[in-house]
This record gives sequence, C-alpha cells and structure tokens, in this order.
Amino acid sequence: MTSFYFIAIAAMAVIAFVLGRQRAAAMPGGTRQLHSLPVYHGLFAASAAVIPMLLIAIVLGPLLPRLVEAHALGLLPTDLQPTDELAKATRLREILMVADGTAPAGSVADPVVVAGEAYGSWRSFAGWGALVLGIVAGVAGMLLSLRTVAPGFRARNRFEVIVKIVLIACSAVAILTTVGIVFSVLFETLRFFARYPWYDFLFGLQWSPQTAIRTDQVGQSGAFGAVPLFVGTTLIMLIAMCVAGPIGLFSAIYMAEYASPRVRSVVKPLLEILAGVPTVVFGFFAALTVAPFIRQLGQSLGLDVASESALAAGLVMGIMIIPFVSSLSDDVINAVPQSLRDGSYGMGATKSETIKKVVLPAALSGLVSAFMLAISRAVGETMIVVMAAGLTGNLTFNPLAAVTTVTVQIKTLLVGDQEFDSAKTLSAFALGFVLFFFTLILNVIALKIVQRYREQYD
Amino acid sequence: MEAMVADARPSATIRSVPSEGFKPAKVITQDVNVYYGQKHALKHVTIDIPERSVTAFIGPSGCGKSTFLRCFNRMNDTISAARVTGKIGIDGLDIYDPSLDVVQLRARVGMVFQKPNPFPKSIYENVAYGPRIHGIAASKAELDDIVASSLRKAGLFEEVKDRLNESGTGLSGGQQQRLCIARAIAVGPEVILMDEPCSALDPIATAKIEELIDELRENFTIVIVTHSMQQAARVSQKTAFFHLGDLVEEGPTDMIFTNPKERRTQDYITGRFG
Amino acid sequence: MTDAAVVRGRVLDLTSDTARAHVRRRYQAEARFRAYGIGAILFAALALVVLVGDIVIKAVPAFTIAELTMEVNVTAEAIDPTGSNDPAVIARGDFIKPIRDSLLAMFPAAAENRRQRQALYGLLSSDAAMALRDKVVADPALIGTRVSVPVLVSDDVDLFYKGLVTGIEELPTRGIGSPSATTGTVTLLSSANDFSEELVRVKQALAEQAAVLRQERERLRDIDQTNAADLVAAREQLTAARASGAGVAALEGAVTKYESDEASLKATLDGLSARIADLENRFDTAGSPETLDATAPSVLVEINGGVIKATELGNDRIVGEVLIPLTSTDNAQPDAWRTIVLDTPEANRKLSDQEIAWLQQIEEKGLVSERFNFLFFTSGDSREAELAGILGALVGSAFTMLVTLIICLPIGVASAIYLEEFAPKNRWTELIEVNINNLAAVPSIVFGLLGLAVFLNFFGLPRSSPLVGGLVLALLVLPTIIIASRAALKAVPPSIREAALGVGASHQQAVFHHVLPLAMPGVLTGTIIGMAHALGETAPLLLIGMIAFIVDVPQGITQAATVLPVQIFLWSDLPEIGFQAKTSAAIIVLLLFLFLMNGIAIVLRKRFERRW
Repeated sequence: MTSFYFIAIAAMAVIAFVLGRQRAAAMPGGTRQLHSLPVYHGLFAASAAVIPMLLIAIVLGPLLPRLVEAHALGLLPTDLQPTDELAKATRLREILMVADGTAPAGSVADPVVVAGEAYGSWRSFAGWGALVLGIVAGVAGMLLSLRTVAPGFRARNRFEVIVKIVLIACSAVAILTTVGIVFSVLFETLRFFARYPWYDFLFGLQWSPQTAIRTDQVGQSGAFGAVPLFVGTTLIMLIAMCVAGPIGLFSAIYMAEYASPRVRSVVKPLLEILAGVPTVVFGFFAALTVAPFIRQLGQSLGLDVASESALAAGLVMGIMIIPFVSSLSDDVINAVPQSLRDGSYGMGATKSETIKKVVLPAALSGLVSAFMLAISRAVGETMIVVMAAGLTGNLTFNPLAAVTTVTVQIKTLLVGDQEFDSAKTLSAFALGFVLFFFTLILNVIALKIVQRYREQYD
Repeated sequence: MEAMVADARPSATIRSVPSEGFKPAKVITQDVNVYYGQKHALKHVTIDIPERSVTAFIGPSGCGKSTFLRCFNRMNDTISAARVTGKIGIDGLDIYDPSLDVVQLRARVGMVFQKPNPFPKSIYENVAYGPRIHGIAASKAELDDIVASSLRKAGLFEEVKDRLNESGTGLSGGQQQRLCIARAIAVGPEVILMDEPCSALDPIATAKIEELIDELRENFTIVIVTHSMQQAARVSQKTAFFHLGDLVEEGPTDMIFTNPKERRTQDYITGRFG
Repeated sequence: MTDAAVVRGRVLDLTSDTARAHVRRRYQAEARFRAYGIGAILFAALALVVLVGDIVIKAVPAFTIAELTMEVNVTAEAIDPTGSNDPAVIARGDFIKPIRDSLLAMFPAAAENRRQRQALYGLLSSDAAMALRDKVVADPALIGTRVSVPVLVSDDVDLFYKGLVTGIEELPTRGIGSPSATTGTVTLLSSANDFSEELVRVKQALAEQAAVLRQERERLRDIDQTNAADLVAAREQLTAARASGAGVAALEGAVTKYESDEASLKATLDGLSARIADLENRFDTAGSPETLDATAPSVLVEINGGVIKATELGNDRIVGEVLIPLTSTDNAQPDAWRTIVLDTPEANRKLSDQEIAWLQQIEEKGLVSERFNFLFFTSGDSREAELAGILGALVGSAFTMLVTLIICLPIGVASAIYLEEFAPKNRWTELIEVNINNLAAVPSIVFGLLGLAVFLNFFGLPRSSPLVGGLVLALLVLPTIIIASRAALKAVPPSIREAALGVGASHQQAVFHHVLPLAMPGVLTGTIIGMAHALGETAPLLLIGMIAFIVDVPQGITQAATVLPVQIFLWSDLPEIGFQAKTSAAIIVLLLFLFLMNGIAIVLRKRFERRW
C-alpha cells in the first residue's frame, strides 16, 4: 500500500506539473506577459498537489496501523486479551499471520482467527481509504493552485519559498541526528540508573553484566562497575597514541618541512590508503597476525602474554590512527606562517632547530587539538578491539594482559539474543552515553582550539 | 513588460529635478545612504541619470562609487550587512519598494562587472541564459535571433559566429567582456551599469569597449564607474565625482574636467591624490 | 664583583675546536631529526605493506578450489525411484549416494568398516553433488548412464591439495621392497638401507628432545640446590628454635615441606635422567629401530597399489599398519614403490594418515584439478568453508549503499546549499555548523545505538535490513558529504553568482543553474569518499542486527541481509583455516571496491579541477 501511495504522489506531481505549465503557457498574451516562466507555474502546481499528500502520509502512516491493531485486539474475548507487552506482541504476530494467510491451520485459537480476519479487512480498508484521501487532497491542492495561474502570479517566488523550506529542513537533519542520539542514549541511561545506582556504575570496580535468568540465582543482579572498562579503554588508547603520536607527528613534520614535492606525491596517497582501510580489516590483522606474533615473541622472551593482549589491539589501532594524526598535524604545521621560519633561518638556525624551537611551539595548540581528536578516535574505535581485545573486565595497566573496552562491551551486550528491557541491555546505552559525551567534549574543545589557532594565523 | 510593471508600480512619486543640457532623467536618486554594518559608506547622494547617455562615476578607490552603482540594480541585497536608505527611481518606479521583484528590476537594469565573468558554458548559452529565464523568446528561432543581435550589438558577432558552441571562457579578455555586455543586452535592459569594465583589459581591448559604449548610448542609459579620468572624459556626457562617500560634484563631463567648482575635484583630476 | 660588572664586547667564535665540535653536533642533531621523520614514514609504509601483504598471502588459497572429476553411475533408484521424469522430483533426488558409491568403489576396503566409510565420505563437501544435480536436472536422459562430473571436496581436503595441511617429502628408494602381507600389520623389508635417512632424522629428533630435557634438568637442579640450602637453613633454625622454644611448630611445618619438595624433586630428576639416558642411548646406537607415534612426522610407504603407515622404523625395514590394502606380497622393484614423509605430525592436523593416503591415491589417478573459485562470487554464506561465498554480502552491501546514497546525497547537498548560500549568519546557523563538525567525529558505534533505539525500537523498521543499515550509514556519512559539498560550493567564485544575478536570475536560479553544476565534481568526490567510508563501516551495523547468519541472497531492502565488512567480521571469528582464507579473500574484494571508489574520486578531482 505504501508503494501505491508513493506512486500516486509521483503521478499527481507529474499531472499537476504538466497542467500548471500548460495553463500558464496558454495565458493570453504569451509567456512574455507572465511574471514567472510556465515551468514555475507547473512546479508550483506540483508542490501544491504533493505537499498535502505527504502531510497525510506523515500523519496517517504511523497512526493507521495502530488504530487497526487496537481494533483487532478489541475484538478478542477477555481471556485472550494480552496482559503485558510480550503477550501483546505474540498475539499481534498471530493476528498478522492470520491476516496474511500464513498461519498454519489450527495453530491459533478461533477468536484470534476472527480478529485476524477483521484485521486483514480493516487493514486493506485503511490502506485504500488513505490512498483515496491522499488523492482527493492532492487533486484539491492542484485545482486550487491551477486557479491561481495568472500573468501577474509570482509562481517562481512562491516555489522558491517552498524550495527554501525544503533546504532548511534538510539542514535540520544534522541537528535532528544529534538530538536523536542524545535522547536515545539518555532515556535508556536514565532507565538504567533507575535500576542501578549511577555512582556504582561510574566508580564500581567490578564488571560482570551477565544477569542471571532466574531471580533466585546467586549474583542475579550483575555487577555494572564500569571502571575496568574505562581503564581498559584508556590503556589501549595510550598504547595506540604511543604508536600514532610520534610516528604521525614525525611523518607530518617530514612531509611539511623536508619532503620534496615528489616524495609528498608518493607518501600522501600512501597515508590516504592507510586511512581508507576499513577498521574491520585492521581488526582481522590484529587478531590473526599481530596478536599471535606478540604472544610468540613474548613467550620466547619468557613473558606471559594473553592471546588477546591490549598491546596487539593498541598497536594496530595506533597504525590505524597514524594517517589521522599526520594529516591533521600536517595542516596545522602548514598553517604556521613562513615568516616565522624565515626569522629563525635568518639567525643561522638549522632546519630541525627551527622546527623544534619555532614551528612546533607556534603550532602547539593546533597539535594539541589534533591529538585530542585522535584520542577521541581511539576511544570510539570499535572493530579492532572487538576482534582483538578481551571480553572480561580486568582492572590492570599491564599491556600484556587482556582488557576490555567500552565499545567492546556495547557491542557484546547488544548483539545476539537480547533480553527485552534488561539491565544488561540498558547498561550498554549507559556506556554509549559515557562514550558519546566523552568524545563530544573532546571534539568540542579540540575544534574550538583549532578554530582559534586558525584565526590566529589567518 | 507591461504586466510586471503594473503590479509593482508604487504610489509614491519621485520628483525629477530638471537639469539643463541633458536628456530627461532615466534614474533619479534622492538622499541615498548606504551602510555596511557600522560604516556609513555612502552619504546623502542625490543625482539624476539622463537617459540614452553615458554617466560616469569617478573618484579614488573606496569613495563609494561602486557601492552607489550597485544600488541601481540592488546588487547590495546580496551582502547581508549592507543597508540602503533613501529613494531611487527608474522612470518613476521606486526600486526599493518592498513589493518590487528584484529579479525583474535586474532584467531592466543590466550589469557588466569589473572582471569579465562569462559562465563556463558556450558563447551561445551565455547570451541565451537571460532571455531564457525571463521567458523572452517564444521559440528557438527567436532565441537565436536575440543571441545573434545581442552579439552584433556588442560588436562580437563577426569574431565568434563560427564558434557559438565553444566555451565563453576560451575567449580573450576583451572578447569576454564584450560577451558579458552582449549577455546584459540580450535581456533588453533600459539601463546598463558598468563597474570598471576595462580595468582588467589591455589598452586595445579597452579602446574597443569604449567605442562600443559610445555606440550603445543610442539605445541604452549607461552608468559607468571608472578609475580612469581619461576614460570618463572620453566616453561620458555627465560625470559625478565621489570622495569618501560624498557626492562632491556632478555636471556635464567637459565642465567637470575643465572647470570644476570644488577644490577636491580639481585636486583629484589634476592628480594631487587618487 | 667589579669584573662581572664590566660589559664585554663578544666575538662570535667560529674557528676554535669547541666551536667546530658544536657545529658538528648541531648538524648531527639535524640529521638525526630528519632520520626520525623518514623512519616514521617508513614505519607507516611498512605497516601498510605488511598489512596488505599478509592479507593477500592468506587470501590466495581462497581464489582457487580443488575439484575431483569422477565417473558416477546415475542410478534411477537414487535419483528418480518412481520414474516420474519430473524435474521437481529429480531435483529432490539423492545425488550424493552415486558419488559416494563411486568413491567407495575406488577404496573397497573402506566399505567394511563403518568409521572408515564415514571418514571417506567426509572427504567430500556436504554439497558435493551440486554439479551432478544441475547436470541431471538439465538433462534427465542421463539417468541410468555413467557420467563424469566435477565433485566438490571438503575445505580440509581442498587445503591439503594446496599443500597447506602438511609438507610432503618423497624419499628415494634404491632397494627391492618386499612386504610380508597385504592387510593388517605388515613388515616391509628393503634390500637396501632405504629407511636409514629417515631413521637418522628420527634419531636427531631424539637428540634434540634429550637436549631440551637436559635443560629442564639443569633448571630443576638449580631449584633443588636452593631447596636443599633452604632445608639446611630451616633445620638449623629449628634446632635453634627448639632450644629457645619459640615458633617450633611453624618451622617444623617448613622443614616438612622442604623435605617433601626435596623428595619429589629428586624423583622428578631421576625420571628425567632416566629418560635422557634412554634417549641418548637410542641416539647413540645408530640403526636400532625406533617406534613412531602421532607426534612424529608420519612415514607412509606406497607399494603394490597399497599404502603402509610405518609404526616402527629400522634401517632396512619398517613395521606398519596397512592403510590401503596391497594387491600382492610380490617384491617391488626400486622404482615401483616409494616412501613419503608427512612433515606435520598426525596429531597436529585435521586429516588423518588414512585420509591422506586416500587423497594421495586419488591425486595419482589424475582426478584432482584446481580451478578458479567461481563459487566464492556466486554463492551466499555457508557453514562449510568450501561452499561459502560473498554474493549475499555483496548484494546486501549494494542495497545498503543504495539506500545510503538516495538519502544522504540529496539531504547532504541540500543542507550544504542552504548553509553556504542562503543561511543568514546567526546563532542558529552557527549551531548547525558546530553540530555538523562534531557529528563527523562521533564514534560510529553511537550511530548504531541511534539506529537501534530510533529506527528499530521506536519506528519498528525491520531488523537486519539494508533499509535500516542504509539509514544509519546515511546519517553517519552525512557530515562528510555536507562538509565536502560546502567546500565545493565555496570554491565557485562569487563572480559567477554575480553574473547570473546581474542578468536577472533569482538567487536560487543562480545557485541551481550555475553554482551547483560547477560544484558538482567536488560534491561527487566528497560523496564517493563518504560512500567508501560507509562501505567499510561495520560497528553500527552489528548493533542493528546485520550480523545474522544469512544464506540466501537478499531480494529487497527490507529483507534480512548482511554486508561485506560484517561478513568479514563473521568469518574472522570461525576457527577453520578455510574460513581464514575466505576472510582474507573477502577483505581483498572489499579493498578493491574501496580503491576503485577512491580512484574514481581522484580522477574526478583531477579531471574537473578548475583554476579560477
């Protein structure tokens, strides 16, 4: 039915456009006498037809199915009335199967069959009704707009207002996304904190979210102390930054200050390729090549290395972030004005002295923000740690041990068979909340710093 | 044209100050002020632009002459910080009337810019674009006619008639500027504004454009902003001298250049500042 | 005091030795600094090379597949017992049985033992009959005839034929081999010392083992000595304590512990010494027979059409079990029999010696061929590595990308146009801008949370579907596209806008007729880069359930599907080596797509780059 509706919208748009344009072109005196080109009259008529149809779809789309569902459930006798959400979902699935004719004979109770059949007929009635209503509204809109066609009618200006509203709506999508993120994590987080105290979550030292199935089971509450996750995330991030920081910075310095254009033209794409490798590939590399290698290396040195060591994950994550650090630092270093360098060279300083004593201090705030963005990247990275880091929350800073991270736990808690509405599921949103706000704050500060830095040298 | 003027004709009338020696005024301005944010860029300018003649605005850079020119087709609207007060009338029509459609105004008041700025499209498309969006040509043949006659009027037709489908950006600087003039003419404007049209051109191309301006004067009211006093002297009938946002002096061109009334004008045209 | 107060004119010292040394040090520091930069770039390059090289090497086996060409009796009772000749009935026929029969006919000895039979059947893929079924369904007249068809083998067999299960070494035979029996435990004598080389190697391994044990013995001896010293000290303390009468009980306990440790260490050391002595003795008496177990490389002898697996190895003889019965006990001439050594011990591989013996014989019959693995590109996911393909994931990715593109390109370009061309400069616009920049840096998994909470739980859209995946990815790449599009729009010089406005175009006409077309290459470049990003994205899709095991190729955007990176993630978790190769191959396909997209973006940028 939805597709029919959209076909109807498209058809109405075309019809209204053609009619509007023809009517305008047929105005006495020819197109020269028109304020707006016939095309704009056509476009205006088309929007006049489409907008009411879309409004009806937006209003009725979510509303109608619920009405029909409520109606069908109302037909059930009291003993079959669902008592909770789960039962309601099951009942509705049965009704839907009857309506679709996919229910095996005898699998559902007779009253449900009755309700299901009623559901089916109501559903198609509602669908057709919405379609007819939409077409009527579209035709009405089109006729009204056709009546306005006149030489002096400013169809272009009207149409441009509509276009502008559409443009504004599109740019609001980005805002809506942020709002959506904030609310989706916030609500679930609040629900989680209603069951589990927030200070235990933020400062608890034990993470074992495996909520038991039976309520009388020992340890059924589960422990949601997130500190081990924060420690694990920090550890892996620090290892990654130890790799990406110096290497990214030094390659940026070399690229910006030393490299000939030819070297640049080779190295820049190389770093871009590295930046374009999907994280799942790095994860595969970390889990199947680097981790066993580090484990063997450690064993040959007599060290006890976990097979999912933080070192392997951090190392590969560092490699992943190198291009990120280097391109941001490259931009920052290039923004330092040449006059500063010239001043230093003029006093007889070597290139490296100039870089160390003049360029880097001048670029310091920009570099700090580049590192902050890289840290936020490392903290939010998921696939590498999902594939190469551990699952148990160890409270350790030993890089050879297995640790787990915030992102790993979000993934683990939400993938697979979810328990509806359990503390386990909700805790993942609480972790997402922490992750989102931590990275958001880092990003905001970093972007502010970099903005001020740019203004300084503009 | 009738229809669009009809729905935008203002009730307020703008009085023309008759001035001797000139054709009747096409454009009349009264007490025009322009502000860029806090800056008062143009102060209380009142001047008449005579029809079918060339009026030149001269003055040192930053004196407000270009700003003033851009008021005539409301190009200042595109700068959000700019604010214009006062009255400007074209044939008695207040162009700052809120009910006026600025797009239609710009069809009546064409503009040629400092740097030649042809669209990166074919020569034909460059000229045809204006007539197309205004619905001037009823048929392809009519459009072809408009393009050819506009190019002819701009003195470019003979040079480009065999390559109308080649890109306008491939022409030489002088040709590009004449293409821009053809593009402005194609819409059938009454007034053509030229903002230092020769500043990016070599002397030979400049001479051609000046010749062209002289020819166009028969059919169009032309306002030209120029940095070069010689150019103003060569092409214009009326000259206005601006300094620091003030209209210092206006009058017949030969008067301004031979016998300026104001001290500042004299200093400027004798090269004491500029 | 007076000296310090005098201001002296300073002359720059350039010629003294200290000055020269100083300058030299400065240049050294310069060179060092430069070297750090080069080192950093080389490290990044090396990382990329190792990464790609590692994956390519791992992926190579997945692009070819081993196939057996078998003669099969297509019997009517297995395929079409009722003789209906109906394609639908034929398609449901038991095609695996004729193939198994044909395989069993090659090794009749396996028929008698149920376990052996199962092992033999296990060499074939669970969908080995695919080609046969297609062939017979297409031409039912083949029923009752004998046809030659390609047969798919299991992934372990496939890897064996690629040489990835074990190294195989053939030993030269110089003597005449004479087996004692055709089945059961047999002794094989060689007229020359044909097994001495392998025996030497086995003895060598004994010596190495002895060396390891000796090291262990040294370590234990050290511990023992420390322990003995501790024991002496503890006894002395105990004596002293007895005299004073304090803490006796604790010290007695310690002494007892040391004594028992001492005893157990002694026992262990004695055991070790005995083993070392035994190993050294065996090593020293060259030529004495050795027993082979599952932790040593396997020695197989092919003779008289059968295969013997050695359990005891001497210089000129082996004692072993028959894996494939011999046709006779006749003597075999030197070039008519051979000995092969499987480097990987039986305990360390998935295929037993018995299975390898079969596979070797099948290969010698010339039935094995390697061909390009089309199946990898034409089938969906499977639990069997040899059957698993990426078509399902590719189609899923295509649907997802389609949804993403349809949503994020118009919205992204529209918001870029609004922000760059029409938006007034006010707080609201600034908020949108800051917001877009931040959104670009939000971790991708957070978008997964958004998709889960909003699209799945709130709007009730179908789980695991490309529709939801595409929506989430669209929101994810929207900032990228907006930022790139704005940059492209900004790059169009204002003179173009002015020109259009000057001839009376409205602002929107100027933008849509002139500015946007000129900015389009930049917009498309940004879009392609954004889409490449979306194509490689995994984490948010896991949360909206695109991680399900899906065999069928999806038909629409609302069906459950998976995408290429998620497929990679799923396969990477599986322990089979066959899947490891598949994972790498899928990564290569993914990387090729990404390189292609980025390449197109670069070409676009180069080609339409315009200097104003």
